[in-house]
Amino acid sequence: MELIGKLKIYRFMAKSKLFASISLLLIISSIYLLATKGLNFGIDFVGGTIIQIKYVGEAPINKIRDLIETNEILAGGSVTEFGSSDEVVIRIRNSVSDLKNDLGDTVRETLKNSGEFEIRRVDMVGAKVGSELREKGISSLLLVFIGILIYVSIRFEWRFALASIIALFHDLIIALGFLSFFSVEVNLDALAAMLTLLGYSINDTIIVFDRIREGLVKYKGLALAPIVDEAVSRTISRTTLTSLLTWFVVATLFFFGGEIIYGFSFVLFIGIIVGTYSSIFIASPIVIWLKFSVEGYRRALAEKEKREKEQQEMREMYGSPL
Amino acid sequence: MDKDDREKIEKHLRKIEFSSFIQDGDTFHVKLTEEGKLTLKTQAVEQAVETIRNRLDQFGLSEPTVAKSGEDKILVELPGVKNQADEQRARDLIAKSAQLFLMAVDEVHQQKVSVTSEVQAKAWGDLLLPDADDQNIKYLVREIPILEGSRLTGANVGFNDMQQPVISFQLDSIGAEIFGNFTGKNVGNHLAIVLDGRVFSAPVINERIGGGSGQISGNFQLSEAQDLAIALRSGALLAPVNLLEKRSIGPSLGADSIKHALIALISGFIIVVIFMNFYYGRAGTISNIALISNTFIILTVMSIFGATLTLPGMAGIVLTIGMAVDANVIINERIRELLQEGKTLTKAIEDGYERAMTAIIDSNFTTIIAAVVLYVYGNGPIKGFAITLTVGILASMLTAILGTRGFYEAILHNIKDGKKYFGLKG
Repeated sequence: MELIGKLKIYRFMAKSKLFASISLLLIISSIYLLATKGLNFGIDFVGGTIIQIKYVGEAPINKIRDLIETNEILAGGSVTEFGSSDEVVIRIRNSVSDLKNDLGDTVRETLKNSGEFEIRRVDMVGAKVGSELREKGISSLLLVFIGILIYVSIRFEWRFALASIIALFHDLIIALGFLSFFSVEVNLDALAAMLTLLGYSINDTIIVFDRIREGLVKYKGLALAPIVDEAVSRTISRTTLTSLLTWFVVATLFFFGGEIIYGFSFVLFIGIIVGTYSSIFIASPIVIWLKFSVEGYRRALAEKEKREKEQQEMREMYGSPL
Repeated sequence: MDKDDREKIEKHLRKIEFSSFIQDGDTFHVKLTEEGKLTLKTQAVEQAVETIRNRLDQFGLSEPTVAKSGEDKILVELPGVKNQADEQRARDLIAKSAQLFLMAVDEVHQQKVSVTSEVQAKAWGDLLLPDADDQNIKYLVREIPILEGSRLTGANVGFNDMQQPVISFQLDSIGAEIFGNFTGKNVGNHLAIVLDGRVFSAPVINERIGGGSGQISGNFQLSEAQDLAIALRSGALLAPVNLLEKRSIGPSLGADSIKHALIALISGFIIVVIFMNFYYGRAGTISNIALISNTFIILTVMSIFGATLTLPGMAGIVLTIGMAVDANVIINERIRELLQEGKTLTKAIEDGYERAMTAIIDSNFTTIIAAVVLYVYGNGPIKGFAITLTVGILASMLTAILGTRGFYEAILHNIKDGKKYFGLKG
């Protein structure tokens, strides 16, 4: 079976302005959403406590809401259904720093008349730890960017590196925009998914860049745009195929993985689509817009070859030291 | 204060590490240097890690891990805490500072204790401490303790005449000597046994106590006395600990979420395998063999690392399947391309692998950069995810590049129609 029959060279670069406009629109709406609505940070980043409770039979949500108001620590907490009607999650902004008192006990005591239940999870993050985690999250994203920037600069050229980072920002901002739009809770898992997404997206981008690099050497005399068209056309079946397969796996996780990994699978569910799109349609045009010089690259390559050849000759003349 | 005294004091003050002092008439101001503060802080955290580890080890949980995390944080992981009572006890053990002091009761002022304020007590050089059982009973004890818990060599639970649990402790030789001297000089006075700021008992000293052993009695439950003995044996915490973050997952939730993830993992895997077979024909089967070996390699390496199969770890495997497919797809696409250009199968396979190599290495390496950052910055479960991802990528490179290549070379002479083999129309 073939997804895309005999190789056709699509003239992507001719349409690059259209793709750029679509992306720009998405990015601007995402930034608007982030600025006005913001992100729904979970306790991992702002501190607080999550208590997950499973009832035997349906959970009496209204009764739980009334009962927690009677306790001074739990009052003001939100009670929501979690995955199924017999499970609820209580979220409170407080955390207790005293090791001797446990909020789990408080909840057990407060809800003891609400039915038969089991406390399945108590996660508590102090406000200080929360802000530290947030800083760590941001700095880890920056570190990933720097690492990729350096690696791609070494293996390709700085304009390729910059283009791939811009494409990553594109993916990140749009993914955050979707998180904001759907009010998905941003927790540590979502951050992990974000970092994974960056890894995937750069992976796809590099595959295209690799073909461009090959084309630059193979088709001497051809300008950059047709080389890019050829590279993208040749990799498009691979990129869509791999992304589709990965997306299948993520989709099963998204639909059947349960509420607890919702944040994680949501980011990848959206992110893989955005990341694949940016790798195919956004990253390469940026290389052209950054005024990547084909002649310059070929000249540098020729010089490098010449140097290596000279060194080789020198070695042959004087004999190998080994 | 004459000159001799002053010199003596100065000599003593100089001995205090990481400090400087200023003399102001008869007053000395001693100040710790920044370096000193830092050393003290580091020592306190390291001592706390050691102490908490000791305590939890003696508590008898399966595999507690206690590790320093960041500058002043300690990460404690307790798998297998089954019920609320166990958790409560473990938490008490962690938090108990277990500072034991043997202190002299201020016999001069003790009668006036009910009308003494803290300020007044301080002026006398005393501390005003409550009784362990009854907050209303107070004691006035001399501020400078006779002995501290660091002089303990052992603490065990025993029973007194009324069959109530008590904790008997032994002192080291220096402690025993100090204790003997003090009791010898203070027969008839009271000795207060103070634990974590509360007076457990204040018996009258009847005679000189040699041998260096003593007893703490109070209204203890047996388990309480046992935990207290553990805490005393493993030493006091130099600094108080606060709870910053706590995550607990009930056994049923763990099993539940792993079941969900497992279903997702298996169904995702099946979709991928079917698709590969359908799309690439026989070559797809070879890729699938690589894929399955890859999954086994990940599971093996993870079990060597002793990694528990957590939810993020599973997600890591799910995602690695995607990555592993990728390497196979890149190679197969290249070979197809070369076959369509009219190359022979042998040549197509050789060139296909070679050309796919740079793409696979560069693309996977950048993903590993992200995984390494995840490992360095993430906490427990995310670290697991990063390990799985890295192992998975390395394994996929191994199986896709070396494994399948060897396969093709072994069966090359049996393949009649290369294009058909790679799922292309003739």
